[in-house]
Amino acid sequence: MAAIKVHGYHASTLTVMVLCCLNEKEVEYELVLVDLPTGAHKKPEYLALNPFGVVPTIQDGDLTLYESRAIIRYLAKKFQGQGTNFLGSTLSEEALVYQWCEVEGQSFNPPALSIVSQIVFVPMRGGSTDEAAVEMNVEKLEKVLDIYEERLSKSKYLAGDFFSLADLQHLPCTHYLVNACGKGDLISSRKHVNAWWEDISSRPTWKINFT
Amino acid sequence: MAAVKLYGPLASTATSRALACLLEKQVEYQLIPVDLKKGEQKKPQFLAMQPFGQVPVLQDGALTLFESRAIVRYIAEKYAAQGTIGLLGKSLAERAVIEQWMEVESQTYNPPSSFLVFQLAFAPLWGIPQNQAEIVKNEKKFSKVLDVYEKRLSESKYLGGDEFSIADLSHLPNTEYIVKATGKSELITSRKYVNAWWEDISSRDSWKKIREMSKAGNKK
Repeated sequence: MAAIKVHGYHASTLTVMVLCCLNEKEVEYELVLVDLPTGAHKKPEYLALNPFGVVPTIQDGDLTLYESRAIIRYLAKKFQGQGTNFLGSTLSEEALVYQWCEVEGQSFNPPALSIVSQIVFVPMRGGSTDEAAVEMNVEKLEKVLDIYEERLSKSKYLAGDFFSLADLQHLPCTHYLVNACGKGDLISSRKHVNAWWEDISSRPTWKINFT
Repeated sequence: MAAVKLYGPLASTATSRALACLLEKQVEYQLIPVDLKKGEQKKPQFLAMQPFGQVPVLQDGALTLFESRAIVRYIAEKYAAQGTIGLLGKSLAERAVIEQWMEVESQTYNPPSSFLVFQLAFAPLWGIPQNQAEIVKNEKKFSKVLDVYEKRLSESKYLGGDEFSIADLSHLPNTEYIVKATGKSELITSRKYVNAWWEDISSRDSWKKIREMSKAGNKK
C-alpha cells in the first residue's frame, strides 16, 4: 500500500500536528517538502492541490485533502482500529471530542493565533508587533484558559479521560505560545492546564519533531 | 423517546445551524429560547451547561453538547438512518471531503462573513458604531474566499460532492444574513455557481421551515 503523502513544511506546526497524528496511528507516510520561505505554497503546482495555498495537504490514493483539523479527523476514522484511539469509545464520547475540537477552532485558536502571528510571523515578514493587539488577545485567551482550568480540574483530558483529537489540536499553537512568544505563563500559572500541557507536549510523537 | 432540547434564539446563526440539522434528520426537538439581550446566557444556570456562555446547547438524554458544528456532526451520525440520508457522505473518502469544507466554513468563510453580518446588519440596530475600514477589509477577504467557492462549485454540485451534506448546511445561516440583511447580496448573486448553490440549499424544506419560524417569531 502506498504511503500517505504529506505536503508540508517541517517547521509548520500544523504540518507537525498531522505527522504526530500519523505516528500516533502507526501509519506510514512520506513528507513532501513545500518550501514556504520561497513561496512554494503560492505557486500553481501547490494551488492545484490546495486552492487556499496553505499547508499541509495530504494525498491518500485518489483522495487529496486539506485543512489540518479535517485531515486528523479523517486519519482518526480511517485507522480507528490501530494506534491511539482519538475518538473515544461511544457516540457520546465522540461528540464531546468534536465539541472540544470546535472550542479549539472557535475560541482558543483565534486569540492564540493572533498573539503568535503578531509576535512571531509579522516580524518575520518585516513588520512590527502590534502590542495593543497582543494585549487584547492575551486578555481574551486568559478568559478561555480559565474555563479550561475548570474543565481540566474535573477531566484529565478535554473530552474525557482519554487523549483525543481535541487535545492534539491544541499542540501547534500552544507550542508557539510557550516556546516562541514568551507567553508560557498563560499555561504555567494554571495548575491543571499546566499539568495537561506537560502531559500532551511530552508525548514522544510530538516531542520528536523538535529535537 | 423524549425530544432533544436545543437551547438558543432562532436569530443566532449558530442556533439555526444546529436546528437545520435537526430538521433535515427529522428529529423531534424542543427549541428553548435564550434571551441574549437580558444576558441569560451569562447566568449561572446556563453557564452550568455551557461554560463559555454561548448558544446553542443540545441536551439529548444524558448528553449535554455545545458548539453548533459538533451538534451537527453528532445529530447527523446518531440519526444516520432517518431523514435526509448521506449528510456525512457514503464513504470515508466522501466524509473526508465534507469535513474539509466544514473546516473551510469554520476557519475561512465564517470569520469575514460573520464580521460583515455583525457590522452591517446588527451594529446599526444596536446603536454600535461601524468600523468602515474593517468592513472594506473583510469584504475583500470574503470576496477572495467566494472566488475559490465559485471555482469549486463550477466543478461540483455541492461542496462535498454530488449530494447535499453537512458542509453545505453549515453555510446556511451566515449566507442568509449576507443575502438578506447586509446590502451586500451581490457578493453571492454575482457569482453564477455560488448563486445557484445558494438558491438550491436555501430552498430546502429545512431552511424554508426556519424562515417561516423566523417570520412568525418576528410578528410577536
